[in-house]
Amino acid sequence: MDSRGYYNGFGGAFIPEILVSTFEELSKAFQEVKNDPGFWQEYKEIMSSYSCRPTPLTFAGNLTRHFGGARIYIKREDLNHTGAHKANNVMGQGLLVQRMGKKRVIAETGAGQHGVATATMAARFGFECTIYMGEVDVARQRPNVFWMERLGAKVVAVKDGTRILKDAINEAFRDWVTNMDTTHYVLGTACGPHPFPEMVTYFQSIIGKEARKQILSLEGKLPARVYACVGGGSNAMGIFSGFMDDPVELVGVEAGGKGLDSGRHASRLCSKDASIGVAQGYKTYFLQDSDGQMKETHSIAAGLDYVGVSPILSHLKETGRVRFEAATDKEVVEALSLTIRKEGLIPALESSHAFARAYQEAPCLSQQDIIIINQSGRGDKDIFTIADAFSDPGWKEFIIQKAEEYNA
Amino acid sequence: MLESCIRKKRQEKEILLMTHIVIGYPSFEDSFQIVKEMVEAGVDLMELQIPFSEPIADGPVILKANQKSLANGSTVQHCVDFAKQVVRSFDIPFLFMTYYNILFKYGIRSFASMMSDIGLHGVIVPDLPPEEGEEYLQAMGEKNLAPIFIFTPNTSDERMKKIAACGNGFIYCVARKGVTGSETTFTSEFHDYLERCRNATTLPLALGFGVKDKADVDFLTGKVDIAVIGSETIRLVDQKGVEAVGDFVRGLR
Repeated sequence: MDSRGYYNGFGGAFIPEILVSTFEELSKAFQEVKNDPGFWQEYKEIMSSYSCRPTPLTFAGNLTRHFGGARIYIKREDLNHTGAHKANNVMGQGLLVQRMGKKRVIAETGAGQHGVATATMAARFGFECTIYMGEVDVARQRPNVFWMERLGAKVVAVKDGTRILKDAINEAFRDWVTNMDTTHYVLGTACGPHPFPEMVTYFQSIIGKEARKQILSLEGKLPARVYACVGGGSNAMGIFSGFMDDPVELVGVEAGGKGLDSGRHASRLCSKDASIGVAQGYKTYFLQDSDGQMKETHSIAAGLDYVGVSPILSHLKETGRVRFEAATDKEVVEALSLTIRKEGLIPALESSHAFARAYQEAPCLSQQDIIIINQSGRGDKDIFTIADAFSDPGWKEFIIQKAEEYNA
Repeated sequence: MLESCIRKKRQEKEILLMTHIVIGYPSFEDSFQIVKEMVEAGVDLMELQIPFSEPIADGPVILKANQKSLANGSTVQHCVDFAKQVVRSFDIPFLFMTYYNILFKYGIRSFASMMSDIGLHGVIVPDLPPEEGEEYLQAMGEKNLAPIFIFTPNTSDERMKKIAACGNGFIYCVARKGVTGSETTFTSEFHDYLERCRNATTLPLALGFGVKDKADVDFLTGKVDIAVIGSETIRLVDQKGVEAVGDFVRGLR
């Protein structure tokens, strides 16, 4: 990476002039904490006392026997406070905001996990907080809106564009160009202008650092493969960074939606529908048309249907260091169902993409091989979507009853 | 080329007016009619915005115009054809305004050649800082086109000088923080800012963001070379129709 955050031509900082000095300030603050050995210690301490770090690495004995191939381990990011790896990034950026002396934070959110995590961080540190969320996602993930508001955040439903994650990012930038003096934008994933991809990866690298240490202590050897789902790419960058220099195959799993040939998916790195472009402040693969207009995306998982992807992952695709695959909505629901029944674990729909691919490959590996799946978040939050996916009759009846109660 | 054109016009007028349209909003026919009204009302130069799906620096008014134009099916080729027609029909300098991805996907060099063939004078790309613009600057330079760069109240004196060295034609000074289309109050702080802009470059200065009526234009006269009216004419078209644009522009100066 060079000083403008380029990874083999991907990345950069394509920002409006009004934000240039804000990014200079942020880059400087981030460099300072990176060079301060006390900072990582402070970060680790807050993550162990406020969240649940180190998160366990769980051996999935039943699934291992079920597939009869590789030994399956699951990295439990779902056990973080607020139920996802998002906590790692927001607490790190929260400490940075304290150092910069800003009093207000803003964030975009897709599934709502990053919004809830940011709202808890803001409550804990005493920051004012505004969360931008696409109107479609507000409808899909209403329980998270409830929690953000309870936590004292103002939730703005974004009604422009496709009304999902990318539109929430645009709106957050519009807030930031007005309020940069008091406000920090807590970008939720390893995307956006430099230094965000590097900074978010830095905070999420705690996942990979722990996982590597844990597998060596449990098994005395490295895994053959590591699986992570890829939306913006922060949980994938987090776990992959622990194994980057090892002889470990890294597999990123994107949202295959209704299938790669259907046009209704969010696969930027393993479909022909994406090409290199510059939007939202950085250069990467985007799902766009030949004019450069962004396309609509689809996934059963609100956290994965983003048009762009981390520039670092685009770079790792080109070098071949990471292999990218897609899992369809249908495969994801099946994998989720199996995980719940076999292990009593409830992965988020996002994380279930990684499980789906790992389950296809595990039987082909030998019993001496180990694989790690990153369970980036827990699925309880998806109860409305998952209940719909399973077409659960008892749940439907309950909702109808509940609605009648409110109408009475 | 653009710079000398502006200087020549400035000998006749105390302040120049630059207006803006989003191509294809509300329709291509209306866009052409708006340009006609504006030129006949005495506008001196004009920005033609090629719509983009992620216009990060634009406020709600221009954002919605971008989306509406795209929803109507506007393509970059339609916009290029439109610009060709406009340049042929009216004798003032026209510029493109758009986001970097549009140039990037078109091919930076092809975009510059196309602009030169059509007879456009320059382009404003609000998400392209000079540091990311090496190929762009070279391509614009080869075709004698003006890459228009931006000063803001947050830009340091040192950086203003650096930006000015890359710019050509004029410098677009953003009046305040925020996005296009909201209110600007012109304070004493604003005077200091304009003075910093003036000291940083010999290029003509244009001032935009929140300029909306005669009072604003009067205030800017003698301070900058060009007053930029952006969102206000789109608001006017939305509320009173295309026909209202000419009288509005005539009332500004």
